[in-house]
Amino acid sequence: MDWTAIALSVRLAALVSVLLLAIALPIAYWLTFKRRRWTFLAEAVVALPLVLPPTVLGFYVLLAIGSRSPVGRLWTSWTGHGLAFTFEALVLASILYSLPFAVQPISAAFARIDSSLLEASAMLGASPWRTFVRITLPLAKEGILAGAVLSFAHTLGEFGVVLMVGGNLPGVTRTISISIYDQVQAFQYGPANTTALLLLAFSFIVLAGVYALQRRPWSVSPL
Amino acid sequence: MSTLTVTVRKRLSAAFTLDVSFSAPPGITILFGESGSGKSTLLRTVAGLIGPDAGHIAIGERRLYDSAAAEHVPAGQRRIGYVFQHLALFPHMSAAANIEYGLAHLPADQRRARVHAIAGSFRIAHVLSRLPAAISGGERQRVALARSLVTDPVVLLLDEPLSALDHATASHIIDDLRAWNAAHGIPILYVTHTHREAFALGDGLVFLDGGRVVATGTPHEILDSPASEPLARLAGFENLFDAVIVECRADAGTMRCRLTGPDPGASAGAGVEIEAPLAHGASGDRVRLAIRAGDILVANEEPRGLSARNILRGQLLSLTREGPIVHAVVDAGARFHVDLTPGARDDLRLGAGDHVWLIIKTHSFRIVSS
Repeated sequence: MDWTAIALSVRLAALVSVLLLAIALPIAYWLTFKRRRWTFLAEAVVALPLVLPPTVLGFYVLLAIGSRSPVGRLWTSWTGHGLAFTFEALVLASILYSLPFAVQPISAAFARIDSSLLEASAMLGASPWRTFVRITLPLAKEGILAGAVLSFAHTLGEFGVVLMVGGNLPGVTRTISISIYDQVQAFQYGPANTTALLLLAFSFIVLAGVYALQRRPWSVSPL
Repeated sequence: MSTLTVTVRKRLSAAFTLDVSFSAPPGITILFGESGSGKSTLLRTVAGLIGPDAGHIAIGERRLYDSAAAEHVPAGQRRIGYVFQHLALFPHMSAAANIEYGLAHLPADQRRARVHAIAGSFRIAHVLSRLPAAISGGERQRVALARSLVTDPVVLLLDEPLSALDHATASHIIDDLRAWNAAHGIPILYVTHTHREAFALGDGLVFLDGGRVVATGTPHEILDSPASEPLARLAGFENLFDAVIVECRADAGTMRCRLTGPDPGASAGAGVEIEAPLAHGASGDRVRLAIRAGDILVANEEPRGLSARNILRGQLLSLTREGPIVHAVVDAGARFHVDLTPGARDDLRLGAGDHVWLIIKTHSFRIVSS
């Protein structure tokens, strides 16, 4: 089994789900509680990775971080090397790719909170921030946990975006799925099967955990 | 001791505009009206959860909202206690943490002292460590009241807070609330649509209909001689009749009326005549008469030597037990709803189909509109 690739994928997925929580919480808050007339457009943008081929997303991320783009040039001037085909590029692309998996469960959990609880908090003199920390977050914790776990699992299994943005550098950008792909290309079906089974079992356990956590009528997407 | 004064206008839809003006002195003021009359919207406006289009809200000299001065104190800074219809206790916090929530600006020892003091006043010291889901409905209600009152609000708003409780539990809670307010003397706005609560609780009453204040006064003044039909229905006048004035007797202060189109669903072509208090009008004018089901007496034989002016013979159509009351429907030329006690029903051995006499005092009739 390619332990280097597994370690890399776990490191990537853990980092991405932590960063995604920090990004998804304010986005979900804004989408749920600060609705404006054009909020649906923002929702569509967040949900895009659900339907977009990973190659399309990867392609545009690659263009955006390439050495000729403003982002790429800025990165090079900071770090001395390009952004494309690095671990950092993978993190960036994975955050975009898994964004809906983090935002949607959190947003759904926010929406399920009885609005009179938030009003009661405000009437008792709490600031919006205190209401968020003391009422909204604790009452949405199942959704937040689901968002984090789903982002982790989704990032762990990604393939197309990684290939486009990261390439295939052992220890840097070669993730589990790329490693499986390489093994199959080299007709090493035995090792490929071991790694694939591991990923399959892990994904099943994660989804079972998420559904057990939600305790709601079954839907195809746990979002 | 400050009075709450409210004058606000808020357009909620093309069909509904809240447009009210009233004041509430210290004590309990009932906001009375049917669902959809604007009671809860008005409460939320006073709380600051909804911004009005125009007007002003003040407690004594302290302005909370003034459209002319572009002043709008945020809900959390108004020092208004609000008990929501479904209480809105924080489900993940113990009763003590719920009560303490509004005291964040105080040091921990003061918070604890205040929580324990108010828990004593509202008899909930024994449930402080429990979650809201683990205590009774009455205790939850007490925790919600304590959570609002522990912050020493200058106004308390109650949105049908006792509707889910049985009568005994509710009245004990009200006793404790009155005891609390005897010491604090703040205006309490109490939203309800049941006339029994309004009578039992209110020092004053504001009747809302269609987003407007239709009547203000004491519950007795407003509910005992209702000025309009919606008010009459809400105030417990179960019987409403169309009638024509047959003869006015100005010297006696009475008039004879013939009940014509009785209330919906009654037997037609009534023709029964009754004596009612004199109203503005002349013979031939149409009036609307109301009478409470509880103000009609029933006899199982023809009564004699009574001062009551209206003795009507009729047939008992049905008897239904509703809690402590037996509700009878009697066809006496028009269909009358009559309330009696189970004991009275048993003593008179009443059953459906029996012939009975209805006895109604002249002044039990109210003229709702002429």
